[in-house]
Amino acid sequence: MAALLDVKNLGISFGGLRAVNGFDISIEKGELYGLIGPNGAGKTTVFNLLTGVYKPDTGKITLDGKDITGKKTIDISKAGIARTFQNIRLFKQLSVLDNVKVGLHNHHKYSAIEGVLRLPRYFKVEKEMNERAMEILKVFELEEHADVLASNLPYGEQRKLEIARALATDPKLLLLDEPAAGMNPNETGSLMEMIQLVREKFHMTILLIEHDMKLVSGICEKLTVLNFGEVLAQGKTTDVLNDPQVIAAYLGE
Amino acid sequence: MTKTKKKISKQTRSNIITYGIVILAYIIVQTMINSGSISSLMEGLMVPLCIYAILAISLNLVVGILGELSLGHAGFMCVGAFASAFFSKCMRGEMESDGLRFFLALLIGVAAAAVFGLLIGIPVLRLKGDYLAIVTLAFGEIIKNLVNVLYIGKDSSGFHISTQDVMALDSDGTMIISGPQGITGTPRDATFLIGIILVLITLFIVINLTNSRSGRAIMSIRDNRIASESIGINITKYKLMAFTVSAALAGSAGVLYAHNLSTLTATTNNFGYNQSIMILVFVVLGGIGNIRGSMIAAVILTLLPELLRGLSDYRMLIYAIVLIIMMLFNWAPKAIEWREKYLSFGRKKKEAVK
Amino acid sequence: MGMSFISYLINGLSLGSVYAIIALGYTMVYGIAKMLNFAHGDVIMIGAYTALMAMSQAGLPPVIGVLIAVVVCTVLGVVIEGIAYRPLRNASSSLAVLITAIGVSYLLQNIALLIFGPNAQTFPSVIKWDGVSLADGKLNISGETIVTIGACILIMVVLMIFVQKSKQGQAMRAVSEDRGAAQLMGINVNGTIALTFAIGSALAAIAGVLLCSAYPTLTPYTGAMPGIKAFVAAVFGGIGSIPGAFIGGLLLGVIEILGRAYISSQMADAIVFAVLIVVLLVKPTGLLGKKIQEKV
Repeated sequence: MAALLDVKNLGISFGGLRAVNGFDISIEKGELYGLIGPNGAGKTTVFNLLTGVYKPDTGKITLDGKDITGKKTIDISKAGIARTFQNIRLFKQLSVLDNVKVGLHNHHKYSAIEGVLRLPRYFKVEKEMNERAMEILKVFELEEHADVLASNLPYGEQRKLEIARALATDPKLLLLDEPAAGMNPNETGSLMEMIQLVREKFHMTILLIEHDMKLVSGICEKLTVLNFGEVLAQGKTTDVLNDPQVIAAYLGE
Repeated sequence: MTKTKKKISKQTRSNIITYGIVILAYIIVQTMINSGSISSLMEGLMVPLCIYAILAISLNLVVGILGELSLGHAGFMCVGAFASAFFSKCMRGEMESDGLRFFLALLIGVAAAAVFGLLIGIPVLRLKGDYLAIVTLAFGEIIKNLVNVLYIGKDSSGFHISTQDVMALDSDGTMIISGPQGITGTPRDATFLIGIILVLITLFIVINLTNSRSGRAIMSIRDNRIASESIGINITKYKLMAFTVSAALAGSAGVLYAHNLSTLTATTNNFGYNQSIMILVFVVLGGIGNIRGSMIAAVILTLLPELLRGLSDYRMLIYAIVLIIMMLFNWAPKAIEWREKYLSFGRKKKEAVK
Repeated sequence: MGMSFISYLINGLSLGSVYAIIALGYTMVYGIAKMLNFAHGDVIMIGAYTALMAMSQAGLPPVIGVLIAVVVCTVLGVVIEGIAYRPLRNASSSLAVLITAIGVSYLLQNIALLIFGPNAQTFPSVIKWDGVSLADGKLNISGETIVTIGACILIMVVLMIFVQKSKQGQAMRAVSEDRGAAQLMGINVNGTIALTFAIGSALAAIAGVLLCSAYPTLTPYTGAMPGIKAFVAAVFGGIGSIPGAFIGGLLLGVIEILGRAYISSQMADAIVFAVLIVVLLVKPTGLLGKKIQEKV
């Protein structure tokens, strides 16, 4: 079976600085894959390349057999990649429910005119959207807070809501950018369970950036280590974490 | 699921209050007019009140819902006014029904403003923040300037257009638009009832659009454009939608304006950026994003100086001070901190009750 | 064409020099405080009224009148920044400070309206020099024109030296590049921004006096349009760039006067605004500006 995500020789420069160079990755459907590396190694840049925020100088990105290299963010979202952000980016002035409903935007449709005139389709589709959004919120135990403004959620819940919103777009591949950042060990523990749950419930393929080694070694099956924009090691989690090169990079020798 | 239902009903209740205020205001004022207990000066203010309410509500769609500052709102009003007055003047005496003529003029004014909104929106909405504000201001001024050099006359051989001066027309010809003198002799078709109906339609469109799939997309762009893009929202489409709908509604206010006066000219005060800023003041004082608030602010701020004649010298001064204080109180991080510290107690209690 | 074209060109450079002086203030404030100070044009108007009062009411000589205007505007600029803008510097929406600036603009106009009334006052030129006459009297260049252009060049040169060489100028550049980092380096960010407003407002006072010397009617709204046009000039030249503001101001003045002469006098403002739109759509960074990328 071909890989769900196949990236070959991806690279980008910013004003002479090679931020990512010759990056390869291949993720099978259903895998939970970790992307790790020291600060400034280019991990978030890889996410930005995968989601079309930046256009790569070199390389090819294939998602589920389709070439998505250099496509616009909106088309990549439609092709099936969803993401969260290192610094949470919620729709702060919208309710928790509405945040998820915006995620459903491209799957449950009616026109603006049907919306303004409140035609029957509006009521039908809105009902579907509410039900679907509540289903997703339940998985994250956020259904109680459906009416709360996103900005009023506690920090940990905001991270969960961001994942919920990403899942609402019904992606094939979910990118999580440091989901455990700023969480205490308890919260991280429940986040790990949540990620496992998401993977089973939604049959999701997940690529995550993380610094928390407990989380990485606990749930990721495979790892890619990035250092100075290049792949340092790649493979099964246990093998990679025992690689002397990786240990050296992390200890900063 | 009960929670969601409750939220919808809360929304509906809020909408009913908004529409109710408008209808109740109409009934009260109309009763007073019928019984003669209102001065003719006040009576003459009723259509302008509707005009300002429509302008404030429609600008709030761009400023509050889309989150971009437009300083050219009066320009779209100008387009609607001149397009519709042009039609009405041409058709004066040619149509059986005055009502139908006004209705067609309304459609033409709205359509013309929408087209301008779309054409201006396509390039302008690529910009953000300060630049977008200043470019909308520039477009508003250009529209006002263009109208002032436009001369259109009609005679047996058809329409004549010039940008320089009065042209030679056949003996049966008339000038329709004469540059800075504008359009004279527009039928005064606008009534308080029509104004109120247009306010209700404006409210209906803005409120329903906001509380729909498209409205959520627009607000998601306001709250976080990058996240919005990442979940597949077509940024350009929804920005343009908000901008064009807002322009079209401002156009309808322009139609009312043109048909409430027998002479229509474009000056700094009615279609210039001063007017755009005045509308912005209504939106800010009524609460950015608060549709009902901007409508009420427009009405109160238009009525107040008329009621308190002695204050009229200080009117703009007071607005300016209130505007600055409101912005500082609502947006300054320190003020927000202070409010949360000293005023949140009451709010928390309220939430607990709910 | 011939002589009249040259005389239009000189008038354009004169008006453009006034725009350039205002634009220099605009571009520094925008570059360093990252805000569009909508009230900048109204500071010009306050400067002109102050000079007028000093000269006609108090009977002071023009030089002293100009100095008093500079002092009043400098203080005004710093006070406005401290009270109305500084509290909003870290507001969640950048619209907040822009709307506040619009409020300040309104406030200044209406204070002037209350004190001086809506009627236009005649502003006596501060320049008592008839200028020069060239080509057997076919081409007259007024003293106002020569002084305005000269003042503009002088101001630009001094500002460039100040920003490049002085310690405060380096602090300004640092704050402009990265406010947070500048703070960490021990730079007094609030003080630097206040100084920027002080300089910008002092320039506005000079611009006000020169503007009213060349176009001697003064009303509470006199500053608004030149203020907006000077912003156009600053954007045209590349916001944040001192030579950019200079070039943008001169070009805009020439475009406006030539447009008024050869296209349509009523369309002059529209032409200026059309320039802004074309520049922002074709090259949003202006002639000499830098590109900024958004961080994800």
